[in-house]
Amino acid sequence: MTTPVLTLRDAELTLGGRTLWTGLDLDVAPGEFLAVLGANGSGKTSLLKAILGQHRLSAGEARLLGEPVRHGDRRIGYIPQQRRADDRVALRGRDLIALGIDGHRLGPGLPTAARRRRVDALLAEVGASHYARVPVAALSGGEQQRLRVGQSLAGDPRLLLCDEPLASLDLRAQRAVSELIDARRRARGLGVLFVTHDINPVLAHVDRVLYLAGGRFRVGTPDEVLRSAVLSELYSSPVDVIRANGRIIIVGAPDESHAHDHAHAHGPQSEA
Amino acid sequence: MDDWWSQLFDFSDYGALIVLLRNSILAGAVLGVVGGLIGVFVMSRDLAFAVHGISELSFAGAAAGLLLGAGVVEGSIVGSLVAAVLIGLLGTRARDRNSITAVLMPFGLGLGILCLALYPGRAANRFGLLTGQIVAVDDPRLGALAVIGVMVVAGLLIIWRPLTFASVDAEVAIARGVPVRALSLVFMLLLGLAVAVGVQVVGALLVLAVLVTPAAAALRVSSSPFWVPVLSMVFATVSLVGGILLALGASVPISPYVTTISFLIYLVCRVSSARRAGRERRRGARMGAA
Repeated sequence: MTTPVLTLRDAELTLGGRTLWTGLDLDVAPGEFLAVLGANGSGKTSLLKAILGQHRLSAGEARLLGEPVRHGDRRIGYIPQQRRADDRVALRGRDLIALGIDGHRLGPGLPTAARRRRVDALLAEVGASHYARVPVAALSGGEQQRLRVGQSLAGDPRLLLCDEPLASLDLRAQRAVSELIDARRRARGLGVLFVTHDINPVLAHVDRVLYLAGGRFRVGTPDEVLRSAVLSELYSSPVDVIRANGRIIIVGAPDESHAHDHAHAHGPQSEA
Repeated sequence: MDDWWSQLFDFSDYGALIVLLRNSILAGAVLGVVGGLIGVFVMSRDLAFAVHGISELSFAGAAAGLLLGAGVVEGSIVGSLVAAVLIGLLGTRARDRNSITAVLMPFGLGLGILCLALYPGRAANRFGLLTGQIVAVDDPRLGALAVIGVMVVAGLLIIWRPLTFASVDAEVAIARGVPVRALSLVFMLLLGLAVAVGVQVVGALLVLAVLVTPAAAALRVSSSPFWVPVLSMVFATVSLVGGILLALGASVPISPYVTTISFLIYLVCRVSSARRAGRERRRGARMGAA
């Protein structure tokens, strides 16, 4: 068996006196696409930050390729949520990718032929060559996310952490960006941890699901985890999983940002 | 009317005056490079209002330095740095930063006015700190400004890439291990020094014309991370040196010349970018129709 890219053993994270999850065991294999699901406040983003070395685990361990995770590890690529780009910034498509190559280094970064070739190669890899010189602020959300995928690949990572990279994109861009991430992880053998509130855009690509709820979790294929019985037990309250037209809809999952407020225990219908 | 004109523009004895004001012109060039360069980050980090706040505290420091005999340059640097560090530490989020700045600004201005009111010296010096005193640049002061200028430019060049990363994409920069908070503090110190230089040359009230307007103009005509800083420095230097040269024989302060040139450059850049955008839209519409 190949070494897992990421290993979590009996991991626990407590932030501000609240335990987000405990006893978390997880192995992510090279080339595996793992979706991280769960309500708001269940600790999905905090899981990514723990792997990035920004939060220290309160118990257990997290290992990247067998070594304890550390802050700023180049073998991890990170793709954040799309935000509106600022037009007060001098930044074109290719500059965003260049930051992924050497943005952490000191000095002004003089343009060399080698650097230009690397940027060009990454632009081509994510299909962004034709808007390489367009200001980032003038690009659509989907175009910006393509660049962010390119930026995250610049350090030749082994593990890709994606934090809601499809949020605020239209359906077509959601499909394009998730297909791009899927193609890249296959070509490069990347482990992917994909945090999302809606699994449907990535359902076709997902190997396994990590579902976080109420400090507990389930790991398995979508068919194993996304079932009414499993999620009801996980949430300790009735939850319905409905499958329709190849989509999965989860009804009745409590929102954990109001975990102690019983009035919200049966939140509105939400797509998992 | 003629009277006004001769007060505004008087080019008699120009050669002799240029020699006399050599120091002022050099000081203007130093500030042009410093202000144009740092202005790029003032824009991308949304610090225009903070610059104004820092400059008022810098004015207070300079006035206190004048009153206590500690030196105007020294006082203005201390005031700048205190304000920059306070704003940097207390105002990590934009909303906090604006309110901290708004709290500090009138306090600094009031403090400065108090110090000037107590100062028994000539009245011309008093006004100078607020609206510019470029005619009074002697050799030691020019030397001090040049040293500070070199420090700011060198500091900016060293942290250029990680600061850019932190400014445009803090989340990813943190994930990549860039020390975003430390960089922000270092930048505020450099900004404090740059503002102190600006206060010496154009005065506390007009620092924005050098630290913000040129970079804002450059961003209108380019998005290249190389050309925007270059254009910004050129615009700032042209405004300052051009303003001083125009003002040489005039009997009014140089600041209105500097701010007017700076504003005109911005206007031209804005109009030209709007026209270019319009052309591209029309071309796009034609191609769409074809």
